[in-house]
Amino acid sequence: MAFALTPDREKQVDEILTRYPERRAALLPMLWLCQRQHGWISPEVIEYVAERLGLSTAAVKGVVTFYTMFFDEPVGENIIWVCRTLSCDLRGGKVIQEHLEQKLGCSAGQTSSDGKFTLLKAECLAACGQAPMVQINDRYYENLDVELLDRIIEAHLTKGAEAAAEEFATHATFRGPRKGASSAPPPPSKEAVRVASQPPPSARSSKGDES
Amino acid sequence: MTRFFEPLLTSRYGIHESWKLANAEKAGAYRVAREALTARKPAELKEEVKKANLRGRGGAGFPAGVKWGFLNPQEGDQVYLVINADESEPGTFKDRSIMDLDPHRLLEGAIISCFAIDAHVAYIYVRGELAFSAARLEAAIAEAKQAGYLGQRPFGIEHPIDIHVHLGAGAYICGEETALLNSLEGRRGEPRLKPPFPAVKGVFGMPTIVNNVESIASVPDIIEMGGDAWASLSRLPGDGGVRIYGVSGHVKNPGLYEAPVGITMRELIEDYAGGMLRDRPLKAVIPGGSSTPLLDPRRKVHAPNPDHPLHQWDGMSEIDVPMGVDTYRALGTMLGTCCAIVMDDTVSMVEACRNLMRFYKHESCGQCTPCREGCGWLVDVLDNLCAGRGKHEDVDLLVNIANNMMGNTICAFADGTAMPMLGMVQKFREEFMDAALNGIPDSVRHDESVRSLVEVQA
Ligand SMILES: Cc1cc2nc3c(=O)[nH]c(=O)nc-3n(C[C@H](O)[C@H](O)[C@H](O)COP(=O)(O)O)c2cc1C
Ligand code: FES
Repeated sequence: MAFALTPDREKQVDEILTRYPERRAALLPMLWLCQRQHGWISPEVIEYVAERLGLSTAAVKGVVTFYTMFFDEPVGENIIWVCRTLSCDLRGGKVIQEHLEQKLGCSAGQTSSDGKFTLLKAECLAACGQAPMVQINDRYYENLDVELLDRIIEAHLTKGAEAAAEEFATHATFRGPRKGASSAPPPPSKEAVRVASQPPPSARSSKGDES
Repeated sequence: MTRFFEPLLTSRYGIHESWKLANAEKAGAYRVAREALTARKPAELKEEVKKANLRGRGGAGFPAGVKWGFLNPQEGDQVYLVINADESEPGTFKDRSIMDLDPHRLLEGAIISCFAIDAHVAYIYVRGELAFSAARLEAAIAEAKQAGYLGQRPFGIEHPIDIHVHLGAGAYICGEETALLNSLEGRRGEPRLKPPFPAVKGVFGMPTIVNNVESIASVPDIIEMGGDAWASLSRLPGDGGVRIYGVSGHVKNPGLYEAPVGITMRELIEDYAGGMLRDRPLKAVIPGGSSTPLLDPRRKVHAPNPDHPLHQWDGMSEIDVPMGVDTYRALGTMLGTCCAIVMDDTVSMVEACRNLMRFYKHESCGQCTPCREGCGWLVDVLDNLCAGRGKHEDVDLLVNIANNMMGNTICAFADGTAMPMLGMVQKFREEFMDAALNGIPDSVRHDESVRSLVEVQA
């Protein structure tokens, strides 16, 4: 079955092409449009993209296989990426992965039998200060523990990905200095990045403000 | 003697919906760009950036002003600015906060920089996973265009500037500047041989300046304060200004903290990040992303010679040396992205090392044999050590493999793999030797992880 982008997306391709002096530069953006529409980069998608940009299918395929986020086979309805690089593992990345494997009944690299989730291991996702974390589709879920993770998965099943993201997904958020640092890990929170331009008050009073 | 400063780079992070133009503008956004484009000359702006001693925030610490000075466009050349928002170095999570919370600061920096280097187009290459941040940037670009700060006549002057977001698709190597350029051109993200350097022949064969997000976001403050004044915010000579420090791992308050260049690792961990999680002892800290050799607090600086750049800190712990590009190089490590990974005494260095080497094995682009084969081999040896199948000779084998990767490849990826590997063995050799004999104790051997969540929450 031949593949084609929707007319709306086709218009976006036209706009994207104006951003670059060379047509080929539109390849990654165009592959993203196709994958958002089709779920994965099928051989038909490759033909379509190659034709549209005047490239060989081999050239397009070579690019698709280079990047981990382009899927060259069908995947589940939602993609879960579990970060397993050092900062996340220091705060329990392994537990998060194991819990997901148990819950979804599949191991990393596989899709759950109901086709709802594909579970994949990820390398550092630039959220190390909010470890452990997962990415589901194109949103982040940070400062996880097992209970919070359960609620996030449930929300995807019962309310759909968009509503789940609305409720639980995180983005960088300012959180001022925390009062009275305790030895407990920070509570799971919707707020992601704790950017304190100044250290916590406890540090200030004990050290004093040199002037 | 911790001294705290008014935030600059992150000063707008706390305001309500800080990513929206109206709110950012109320707090001062685009004031500097307007002044720079309408009342200053590009050469003056370049000079300020040079005086600021802005060391690249992407990892290599190259002075931005000097890099800009390499531009020498020929007749018919079109100069490009490419902003590196690939942020994939393990442990690093600072650029994302700028894109999410103050995209207009990045755009303002980009506008001033484009004007200064005579570029008309800037691309912001955002790693594919950060789709949300990319969307924030796109929205900010639309607002800035609408307001007349971008487009045909930014601030009414005859210097068209367009900024485009380009989304990657998951590949650490695309953070390397020439791989990034290939990726931007729609190719596989494989690094190019240098020279030619991007400033001579970059994207689409044109002179290109590649700078990190935080580097470009620092430009408005530099222009506003003047290069000298901004430089003097730092505690170190030749390495100016303020920067965003990240801390992850075993500290009470992991997160991002803005501070002047040159605070010490001890200050970062104790005063900013609230100290060690559960007050356990610090075992080691990876100072600036996984490619930087780790610091061991037990080790003392050995610099009895008064001419040694670190003489001032002779006899003090490694973590008491101010964090700067040059000081850390003298210490045998690198400042990198200035985002530290802190590990307490429960961590097995062999396991931590295996975790990181697995990352490099996964991310090597495979172009150069020493890197492709070396990364895989390191993981095999470390797997054996962790499983108790190792031999004493394996420890020297690790060193040998790493030494043969260094300097033998197209890009710095292999060095970034070999250096931390060598550092680990050098500083924790006994632990590797012990693993060769006995494997790793089960308590730290969560197969692939270093420590479980359950333990952290206990
Ligand atoms: C393997 C590798 C990965 C890199 N990843 C990044 C990155 O994610 N972000 C970044 O800004 N620079 C990264 N760099 C550094 C860039 O090559 C380049 O030096 C930098 O973007 C220049 O900007 P700056 O001078 O403002 O730091 C990487 C370098 C190497 C060798
Ligand atoms: S290590 Fe998981 S986000 Fe960086």
